[in-house]
Amino acid sequence: MTVLHEPVDGAVRAFFAAIGRTARLVGAALAGFPAVLTRRDCRHTFARQLFIVGIGTLAVATVVALFTGMILSLQLGIAFRQLSLEGMVSTTMSYAMLREMGPFMTGIILAACVGSAMAAQLGTMTVNDEIAALEMMSVDPVRFLVVPRLWAMTLMAPILSFYTCILAFLGGALVGYTQLNIPFLQFIQGVLDAAEMKDLYVGLLKAAVFGILVSGISCSVGFATTQGAAGVGASTRRAVIYSFLAILIGGYFITRCFYVL
Amino acid sequence: MSSESEPAVSFEGVAKSFGARRVLECLDLSVARGEILAVIGPSGTGKSVTLRLASGQLFPTAGTIRLLGEDLSALTADALSRLRRRVGFLFQGGALLGWKTLAENVALPLVERDRLPPADIEARVRAALAEVGLADAGDLYPAEVSGGMVKRAAFARAIIEDPEVLFFDEPTSGLDPVMSRTVDGLIARIGRNRHAACLVVTHDLAGALRYVDRIAFLKGGRFLQVASPRELLAHPHPEVRAFLEAQSLEPTP
Ligand SMILES: Nc1ncnc2c1ncn2[C@@H]1O[C@H](COP(=O)(O)OP(=O)(O)OP(=O)(O)O)[C@@H](O)[C@H]1O
Ligand SMILES: [Mg+2]
Repeated sequence: MTVLHEPVDGAVRAFFAAIGRTARLVGAALAGFPAVLTRRDCRHTFARQLFIVGIGTLAVATVVALFTGMILSLQLGIAFRQLSLEGMVSTTMSYAMLREMGPFMTGIILAACVGSAMAAQLGTMTVNDEIAALEMMSVDPVRFLVVPRLWAMTLMAPILSFYTCILAFLGGALVGYTQLNIPFLQFIQGVLDAAEMKDLYVGLLKAAVFGILVSGISCSVGFATTQGAAGVGASTRRAVIYSFLAILIGGYFITRCFYVL
Repeated sequence: MSSESEPAVSFEGVAKSFGARRVLECLDLSVARGEILAVIGPSGTGKSVTLRLASGQLFPTAGTIRLLGEDLSALTADALSRLRRRVGFLFQGGALLGWKTLAENVALPLVERDRLPPADIEARVRAALAEVGLADAGDLYPAEVSGGMVKRAAFARAIIEDPEVLFFDEPTSGLDPVMSRTVDGLIARIGRNRHAACLVVTHDLAGALRYVDRIAFLKGGRFLQVASPRELLAHPHPEVRAFLEAQSLEPTP
């Protein structure tokens, strides 16, 4: 599949053309999974990307998750205490984190920490003719560059989302213990009692979809880079913004699919 | 299907615009197998665009381009990709991958496409690097070497698979005079021995005059003159004359 293309005239047409290209890119990259197993170079890039996505974002994810949990616990505690329902804090947190906040925060972290760098790297390669050079050598840029990135992020996102949830619960329990007088283990028990398998699965699925969206959008935006260094900057910004929008819009529709009023 | 007598590359009435900006007006040209043709012209006239058109990286707004007998605009992506296996391309900036060493970059087409045994690949890469004077630089990364060295490694990568058609975008820019002559010599040898068609974009007219078969002068979106070095020096087009004089190459009286 060729990833380079000439600019499309007209903002609306260009927008839909970009969506079409991104969809084709994602389709080709998903179908290209066997290369991760069979091609040495693809495997190496995949391993490196797993590291970048998993270990590289761990510090940020830890801080974000802990404090999100603490903030949620504090606010819920203030609200529920007036109703004498402190026990509901852990229940509500369980729902919120597993179903929505865990995957959502993971997606945002991936877009900001990893997707931006992907768009910048592929954008720089595009303006330096490296992508054109790959195509001239009949080396498929999708297999060579996109398959390992997309699959690494897609497989790592649910793990990161799960980690984010666990740390948020710990942060919440900490605030519960120090500020709301809820025993630590009781808070955790409350989280576990409220958690349903379905919430976990849907949350993890959502995280995986966000991984596809963020990596697919970031790669596609990177390949569409024009006009040198300034263009790389513009692509980086665009990749983050489009990823955020896709996470929000996609997140809503996934929720709609699995939960009805 | 391509036959031996057919031109390796041909342009018929080719025009190219980017949006409203018209870069190429009307190009007609054909390059035979075993022929070396230099494209010269002022900066920004579309020489690089011409090479990109000839190799199917860009598509013409009007006209037909044939590469090894195939109409590039009519090919599917797969067919184009297959056709490109018979083509080598040197980009103006080298376009090496930054996270691979020079040797790995040169080996890339062999590793990714042909899946040769590692020992064969290594031997061919070492030979190719030695030819461009990079025998000791194979383990360095592009960021660690000079622009000229990147260019030479990219040259080695372009020729490593013995392509039938070669496109060189300013192969000698950024090289010292001795290395420029070496690269010129390599192109000349590839053209003669391997019977490959070579399109060379260059500003180094003095160097090109020594080994190319024909020179095409591009300006204002057209080839103003396509002629052998001897003809060009004897009867230069007025625009070409200015170009020659600026490089202190006197037209022959
Ligand atoms: N992808 C593109 N989109 C829009 N305009 C382009 C594109 N590629 C080239 N151009 C325009 O085409 C013109 C010719 O560019 P080209 O790179 O072919 O020049 P050149 O003859 O190779 O010059 P130089 O000797 O400096 O390399 C330039 O004015 C450039 O702005
Ligand atoms: Mg150029």
